[in-house]
Amino acid sequence: MDIQERLLKRDKRACARLISMLENNDEEAINIIKRLFNKTGSAYVIGITGPPGSGKSTLTDRLTKELRKEGKRVGILAIDPTSPFSGGAILGDRIRMSDLALDKDVFIRSMGTRGFLGGVSKATWGAVKILDMYGCDYIFIETVGVGQSEIDIVKMADTVLMVLIPNMGDDIQAIKAGIMEIADVFAINKSDLDGADKTKMEIEMNLDLNEKKEYRPPVVKVSAQKNEDIDILLRKLRDHEKYLKDTELIHQIRQRNLKTEILQLAEEEILRMIMDKAYENDLLEELSIKVEKREENPYTAKEKIVALIKD
Amino acid sequence: MNRPIRVLVAKPGLDGHDRGAKVIARALRDAGMEVIYTGLRQTPEQIVAAAVQEDVDVVAMSLLSGAHNHLFPKVVNLLKGEGVDDVLVLGGGVIPDDDIPFLLESGVEAIFTPGTPTKDVIDFINTNIKRK
Repeated sequence: MDIQERLLKRDKRACARLISMLENNDEEAINIIKRLFNKTGSAYVIGITGPPGSGKSTLTDRLTKELRKEGKRVGILAIDPTSPFSGGAILGDRIRMSDLALDKDVFIRSMGTRGFLGGVSKATWGAVKILDMYGCDYIFIETVGVGQSEIDIVKMADTVLMVLIPNMGDDIQAIKAGIMEIADVFAINKSDLDGADKTKMEIEMNLDLNEKKEYRPPVVKVSAQKNEDIDILLRKLRDHEKYLKDTELIHQIRQRNLKTEILQLAEEEILRMIMDKAYENDLLEELSIKVEKREENPYTAKEKIVALIKD
Repeated sequence: MNRPIRVLVAKPGLDGHDRGAKVIARALRDAGMEVIYTGLRQTPEQIVAAAVQEDVDVVAMSLLSGAHNHLFPKVVNLLKGEGVDDVLVLGGGVIPDDDIPFLLESGVEAIFTPGTPTKDVIDFINTNIKRK
């Protein structure tokens, strides 16, 4: 049986191997996705993002357990940062998900960002499709711990959950642009800590300043550690799913995301072409020396490289 | 090799001493490997399930409780049972010299005892990796 058949028969090893092949830019993985793409689209994708240490992994574990009570199959892509220096990574999200390892209807995969910015990895887009083909009903993408502007998750997920914790800063943080703008649902985790109510209120006030829309992101206080109010949070996530599906907005969101994905793929290929030309015959080396000596300027140097791929 | 080597660093059994595992994890990270760290007190079944889902090249276990003769071979056998034959299984921790031949015979490919330079572990992995 080949790997494609094994994937469709829900073989975990086949699923795992395909994700690796995709991460390593293996042509065969891409061909399998091309062939099976019309079988995807039924999984619902929830992005979980938030600052480091806010409890994303624990919350992912709890939400998965809640979905498992309903018999849903769950895939989890847990992303942690790759070192820009060594290319290595410590992927530690599984620590909080130990109980799920043996559940035959849960598949957890840790991924390094491998140089990709924005809180996810380049292969995450494809890995979601592989988990969809594998038969997951829900797929959680847990981003790296984010700061203020890593918002690529919004281009991958149907619903974005922002996990915050009390006392992360003053109320100006809540009105800043960036990650605060992408959430469909807010969770204030570690709700037993002082300041949880204040944080909730600051976010609510910020949301009140938004233009009036049919859907307003809910803000839910939870404690992942103590397993409190996880059911409420899941209900809010599914309310958003239902809203998108009832209003057919889901198609708009998915088309928007696909635009980004297609452009992303095109960008990658063009970048590779540029890199190939730039390093061919030490052209980049030569140009950088000339620019440093002021015999050339960066803009003309760029034009010379770009001219080479236009032929 | 044109891809990062993936290593599962696992703590089987009941001891809570993970300094060694963390030092190894950090050294492998600095050697350019992707290290999946699963935390304390993992059963052999959990370790194997994680190794399968993470599609790792290496399972590196650290154990200081004395249960190595039971737990290390069990992981080797469970991997075989899953049909996994291209993963390098390594053991580390406080392991008496007398136990090492048995462990190697059981399919653990190397045992690293306290004091091993991290470079030796990295070199062993780079040399003995089973997948291209």
